[in-house]
Amino acid sequence: MRYLPLTPSDRQAMLGVIGAKSIDDLFCDVPAEARLDGPIRGLPNHASEMAVERHFSELARQNMTASHNPFFLGAGAYKHHVPASVDHIIQRGEFLTAYTPYQPEIAQGTLQMLFEFQTQVARLFGCDVANASMYDGSTACWEAIGMAGRITKRTKALLSSGLHPHYVSVAKTMAQYTGDTLDTRLPELSAQTDSARLLAAIDGETSCVVVQYPDILGRIEDLSAIAAKAHAHGALLIAVVTEPVALGAIKAPGDMGADIVVGEGQSLGVGLQFGGPYVGLFACKEKFVRQMPGRLCGETVDAQGKRGFVLTLSTREQHIRREKATSNICTNSGLCALAFSVHLTLLGEKGLRGLAQLNHALAVQAADRFTQIPGVELVNDSFFNEFTLKLPKEARPIVRALADRKILGGVSLGRLYPNADALSNGLLVAVTETATSADVETFAVALQEILA
Amino acid sequence: MNSINQSGWKPEMGNVGDTAPATYTGNKALMLEEALIFEIGTAGTTGVDLADAPQIAARLGNLERHRDIGLPGLSEPETVRHYTRLSRQNYAIDLGFFPLGSCTMKHNPRLNEKVARMAGFADVHPLQPVETVQGALGVIHELAHWLVTLTGMKAVAMSPKAGAHGELCGILAIRAALTARGDARSVILCPESAHGTNPATAAFAGYAVENIPATSEGRVDLAALKARLGPDVAGVMITNPNTCGLFERDMRAISDAVHAAGGYVYCDGANFNAIVGRVRPGDLGVDAMHINLHKTFSTPHGGGGPGSGPVVLSEALAPYAPLPFVDKNGDHYRLVEEETAGEHHGSSFGRMVAFHGQMGMFTRALSYIMSHGADGLRQVAEDAVLNANYILRSLEDVLEAPFAHSGPCMHEALFSDNGLAEGFSTLDIAKGLIDEGYHPMTVYFPLVVHGAMLVEPTETESKATLDQFIGALGRVAERAKAGDPSLKSAPHYAPRRRLDETQAARKPVLVWREPEQAVAAE
Repeated sequence: MRYLPLTPSDRQAMLGVIGAKSIDDLFCDVPAEARLDGPIRGLPNHASEMAVERHFSELARQNMTASHNPFFLGAGAYKHHVPASVDHIIQRGEFLTAYTPYQPEIAQGTLQMLFEFQTQVARLFGCDVANASMYDGSTACWEAIGMAGRITKRTKALLSSGLHPHYVSVAKTMAQYTGDTLDTRLPELSAQTDSARLLAAIDGETSCVVVQYPDILGRIEDLSAIAAKAHAHGALLIAVVTEPVALGAIKAPGDMGADIVVGEGQSLGVGLQFGGPYVGLFACKEKFVRQMPGRLCGETVDAQGKRGFVLTLSTREQHIRREKATSNICTNSGLCALAFSVHLTLLGEKGLRGLAQLNHALAVQAADRFTQIPGVELVNDSFFNEFTLKLPKEARPIVRALADRKILGGVSLGRLYPNADALSNGLLVAVTETATSADVETFAVALQEILA
Repeated sequence: MNSINQSGWKPEMGNVGDTAPATYTGNKALMLEEALIFEIGTAGTTGVDLADAPQIAARLGNLERHRDIGLPGLSEPETVRHYTRLSRQNYAIDLGFFPLGSCTMKHNPRLNEKVARMAGFADVHPLQPVETVQGALGVIHELAHWLVTLTGMKAVAMSPKAGAHGELCGILAIRAALTARGDARSVILCPESAHGTNPATAAFAGYAVENIPATSEGRVDLAALKARLGPDVAGVMITNPNTCGLFERDMRAISDAVHAAGGYVYCDGANFNAIVGRVRPGDLGVDAMHINLHKTFSTPHGGGGPGSGPVVLSEALAPYAPLPFVDKNGDHYRLVEEETAGEHHGSSFGRMVAFHGQMGMFTRALSYIMSHGADGLRQVAEDAVLNANYILRSLEDVLEAPFAHSGPCMHEALFSDNGLAEGFSTLDIAKGLIDEGYHPMTVYFPLVVHGAMLVEPTETESKATLDQFIGALGRVAERAKAGDPSLKSAPHYAPRRRLDETQAARKPVLVWREPEQAVAAE
């Protein structure tokens, strides 16, 4: 078997050193009734590399890929062109097959990369500090709510109706068990967000206000007023960014007063990957750093005075604090954080701003094209690269009909908010630099035909 | 020789006795120093060529970002070189033996990387219509079938993002099952030797945590556990094989006692690689167990994630599994989400993540599993256990092995630092191993052993590799016993000497600042 180097004679020699007659002797502590006497029945035996590859090729062929068809999906996962060098770098064995950098003398590569990543994320979000990443945006969002609870010693969280419904679901799941109360609403198909409701609801019991920016319908709103009101009542503002490329064009949440900014980093470097693995981004004001979840990399010096990096402030973490830890998280999303960081290094300030401008301009042009279709309205006044169309009919069957024509035409609000009739005609459309004008035209023509 | 090199370069061997001089760059030949991107990049440099944006009237809600972000850029060659130079400061399983106990550093087959990158999996959006992703759902379904069959369990929740997230999934399922029968229990029991994530997870889910003592053999004290069970105990979290590297012989009796007292059994499956194909946890009465795909099934550790932690569930807990999951109806796969859950999965405790879990890890794990098959996976467990016992018996006379008398170990061998010279400890041995070209073993875990050293070889290693490591660890241990002062200053040959972790924690510097700013901030 190609992955197993021991030979039968090695095994015999080693058993001799151990003083065991057979391998079964080494499993003698397993109760007899639980020992399996041979390979588990009903499962195939080992397969060649060629056979495995062929099997996966068969399965892969059954999926409609984003790059080979007109593609307009977003809703928390965005298609951007990832430079070839990103994938080359993350496949270097020294990054790919390293462990968590617990022995810093021989892990400076990962540690320095994480220090650079933390700085990039903090600057992008307009925050003082960032951690070494979380599982994804949705879990980072819940962790931020928990962190606000620890800081304010309050349990009432106000969630904007523009927060991604999966993020809301994750928070609801956890809140069942932690005693937190979540104030949530469904969004409305309107250019107006529910910030007036949020402003009115903030009071002395509010732990945090959670606002997505741009929100699930693509709307962009100044967070300063909510931040001011929250701070006046001793509450925190948590901003959630699911499309970090937007921050190459619009103000950073931290610069508008957000205390904690979390997000999904997938759109830089990581790719779609059918939903995972992705990379959670987590940044905050410096004064809250000891309440942060997750790994942190910090600068220090070695015994000869040379600059070096280590994992630090680990007294917050589960392997030291056990049941008193700030979170149970025991990993980060290291390789995805590397992909994010490499992509952002390739872009730099100039490239990120250019990419953001390009996305916005193409989205504006596409929105103008789609609203020429009879009966189709644009819900948004403001948006970055994703907007909501209101169709004259239920959007979900239309998305399926578009797929029958090999067009991946956005995400219906019916998929995201099943059984919410008031939203069912809504269609979320994302337009990135990967969408050509021919793609937009193909989509527009097909949409018009299907609606006719 | 002279006839072909009459006028030019003349080979000369130089003097080997020269002392090594300091270099101008600080580099040492192939050991290259590398500055931060903030020190070498500029705001005006980019490694990406983009089309010009068409002229439009912006609709950004008057929120244009004018202030500099502070993101340096590098051209492509500078980028590739920066990260390549950084990569060479890392130890990795591709470079050598990585015996990190409980972490299971096995070879990461490159076939897995290849299949995960097939466009049909890597270039697919999670919210595409299900008719357009039948093959992707097929991968999830096939992997789920393997996991359920290998563990002898009823169902599997695929979405948890990592081991600790899987623990949370299992504990939430237990809590949901108790809630459903109107039974409010408040305590989770964990052995003292448990991974830190176990008590942290139980607390995260709202439980009080109490320790269960161990026997002198290094196993759960069954009598003490039974004595503590009662109507307030929601369940136990047991790692099996445990973190001392031993199989919990009484696992069935533990499960029966917990069930009789109305609780549930969570098994931390971090060490499933020791028993895969030889023992099915379902046969031992386990109700929930996470499987670290990055341990048992070889998905790469990536310098700290991403992981993946599917959770297998017993019949009792299966109805409470989180959403979403994949169902097969004839030849058609469907994704059961919130919308359709009510039909037949109405007791689910809810959603744990956006989308459907770590697809990129599912493809890799399934590729590993299919490559080995039922016969090969059994061989994997056998070789991992054989390798660990070979290390244990080869070194038990050199280092104290506190549980060597407790029977064979499973996939990892545990040693303590008793018997070293005054002032020498496990840390010195670890740093000495770095100079010998190894990644150290896990140190100071489990907490139940003084100066613990936990060595996990995995099935990846050849006998020759193990023999050399046994020689090296034996040599370093002898130096520690003899009080060799040069060991206190190890490592000598790594890219950095020992790092000051106290300073890092006392005055945390977590982001880079311009030097002037850094001064001003103090």
